[in-house]
Amino acid sequence: MIRLQDMKRITPYEWEIPQSFRADMRVPVRIFATQELLEQIMDDKSLEQAVNAATLPGLVGRVVIMPDMHQGYGFPIGAVAATEFPQGVVSPGGIGYDINCGVRLLASDIEYEAALPYLDALATLLNNYCPSGVGVEGVVRVNIPELERILREGSRWALKNDYATETDLARTEESGCLEGANPAKVSDRAKKRGHEQIGSVGAGNHFVEVDVVEAVLDPGPASVLGLRQGYLAVQIHCGSRGLGHQVCTDYVQELQAAVRRYGIELPDRELVCAPMDSPEGQAYLGAMRAAANFAFANRQILAHSARRAFEQVFAGKLKGWELRQVYDIAHNMGKIETHEVNGERLKVCVHRKGATRAFGPGAPGLPPEYQKTGQPVLVPGSMGTASWVLVGTATSMERSFGSSCHGAGRTMSRAKAKREIRGENLRKKLEEQGIKVRAGSMPGLAEEAPQAYKDVDAVVETVSAAGIARKVARLRPVAVIKG
Amino acid sequence: MGFEEIAHTADWALRVWADDLERLFAEAAQGMNALSGARLARGPRTRRTLSLSAPDAESLLVAFLSELVYAAEQEQLAFTSFQVRTLERSDGWTLEAEMEGAPILSINKSIKAVTYHNLQTRQTARGYEVEIVFDV
Repeated sequence: MIRLQDMKRITPYEWEIPQSFRADMRVPVRIFATQELLEQIMDDKSLEQAVNAATLPGLVGRVVIMPDMHQGYGFPIGAVAATEFPQGVVSPGGIGYDINCGVRLLASDIEYEAALPYLDALATLLNNYCPSGVGVEGVVRVNIPELERILREGSRWALKNDYATETDLARTEESGCLEGANPAKVSDRAKKRGHEQIGSVGAGNHFVEVDVVEAVLDPGPASVLGLRQGYLAVQIHCGSRGLGHQVCTDYVQELQAAVRRYGIELPDRELVCAPMDSPEGQAYLGAMRAAANFAFANRQILAHSARRAFEQVFAGKLKGWELRQVYDIAHNMGKIETHEVNGERLKVCVHRKGATRAFGPGAPGLPPEYQKTGQPVLVPGSMGTASWVLVGTATSMERSFGSSCHGAGRTMSRAKAKREIRGENLRKKLEEQGIKVRAGSMPGLAEEAPQAYKDVDAVVETVSAAGIARKVARLRPVAVIKG
Repeated sequence: MGFEEIAHTADWALRVWADDLERLFAEAAQGMNALSGARLARGPRTRRTLSLSAPDAESLLVAFLSELVYAAEQEQLAFTSFQVRTLERSDGWTLEAEMEGAPILSINKSIKAVTYHNLQTRQTARGYEVEIVFDV
C-alpha cells in the first residue's frame, strides 16, 4: 500500500516515489498528476505496479507515470520506462498485448452544421466500411507471404497498394514502419490470427469516431495541423488485433525461462524481460516491431475506408470531404531513442504502455511542417465527452522521455460499469446529445460509458500545466462506431 | 469448486477455486467462458484432445487457457466440458485434456490474452485457488 506521505511533492503537478521506498527499486517513480488525480490513482493498485516496473534491470532516469494512469497487469497503464540499450532489458509486458495500439486523426473541411443532415448516413457507412467487434474479419484478406510483407513494411505496404498517400506516411510516427521487424520471429499462430484481420477495429475501447473541432486553444499550431473550429475530423483508435495479442502471449511465455537464465528477479511474472542484446531479447524486438507494422498498416487501411465513406456521403453535396491525415501515434510500443539522462546522451529503449510519444519542436523524425510546432499528441477521451489534440514540448523531452498521456484513463471497473449502466439507455442518452452511435454490443457499450473514465479535461490540464504537452484543440464526438 | 469476478479497473479478473489442480484448470476455463458470454450452437459436439507442457503449474494454466482463447477467436469454437490430467515431472509439468464444445454463435466479450500478473496457484481451505487477470 502506497500512501500520499510516501511521495514527495515536486510541484502541484509532479510527485515522486523515491528509490528508497522499496529495496528492489532501481530508479524512482515520477508521477504527473494533481493531488486530486493522484488520490483517484491510489484507489487501485497502479502505484504498486509502477513500483514493480521500477525494478527492471537496466532502467535509467525514472519510471514516469501519466495522470491517466490506472491499474493494468505487470506495468500499469500510463507508464513510461527507459532501459539502456543494448544491455538493459526489453519487457513484452511493458509494451502490452495490443502492440502499437494507437490513434490516427484525420481532418476535413466540412462544416459540422452543413454535415448535420448526413451524419446518420455517415455513421452507418463508417460502420459498414470499418468492421468492428469481437473477432471480426478485416476489409483486406491477405495470404501469409503477403502478410509477412505487411509485417516488414507497415504503412509502406499500404502505400504500394493504394491505401495511403506519401503525406499519410510522413505524418505517421516512424513513417508507419519500424525498422528491424522480423516476421520470422512471429509465430505461425500469430500470423493465422492476423491475416484475416487487417483493416478491422476490434472490440473493447477501440473505435472510429467523427468529431467536430469544438475549440481551438492555440491557433498557430492548429492551423499548421489543419484543424479549424466547427469542422469535422475523424479519429481511429485500434492496434495490432489478434496478431499482436498472440506475439505478446508467445513472448511472455517464452521469456519466463530467459528470466531464470539471466538471473533476473522480478516481483511479478508479467514483467518478464530479457536483455536487448540477448537472442531472446532480439527475437522479441523483431516480432514486436513486426506487430507494430501490422498495426500501422491496419490504421492506414481503416483511414482509407473512412475516406471512402466520406466520399460516398459528401461528394457532390458538400465541398472539402477529402480527409487529410493530421498524425498517427502509438501508445503501446517499445522504441530505441536517444534521450538525455543525468546530463548524458543515452540510447535507450523507451517502453510506453498507455503513454504517447510527445516529441518537442525540432525533434528528429517529425515532418518538416511539424518541426516548429512539435509532434501532434492525440488524446482520445470517452465517447460522450471530448478528445484533445496537443503538441509535444521541449519540457517533455527533458522530463518524460518525450512522452505524454494517452487518454482519459479508466476509473471504474468494467464489471461495475456493466452493473450500473444499461447500454441501451446510454445509447439513447448519447443520441440525445447529438452523438450517432453504432455499437455491436450493448453490454460492450456500457463498459465504455463516459462515467467509467476520468475527466479527460483534468488529465490534459495536468500535462499542460506540467509543461509536457501544449493544448491545441478540443474535439467533441458526433458519431461513434464501436464493436 | 467455483469462480467469481474480482475488481480490476481496466480488464477482467477471476478468482477460481477447486478441490484439485485438474478441476482448477477446468473451472478456470468455465470462468473464462462465463466472462466472454459465448452462446453456442446446438447439435453435434466437437471433441478435441490437448497436450501441453510447461515449466511450472502457472505457465501450464496460461498455456491451457491461451489455447481456448485461440480456438474462440480463430475457429469460433468454445469448449464447455473438460477432463484434465496434469503431471509434475522432474523437468516441468504436462497436461492432457479431453474437451467437448460447440461452434460459437455469438460472444459478448473478446478476451485478448491470459496474463501472468500476480499469478500463483495456492492451497487454501477451499482446496486449490488462483487469481487470473485477462486482457480484454
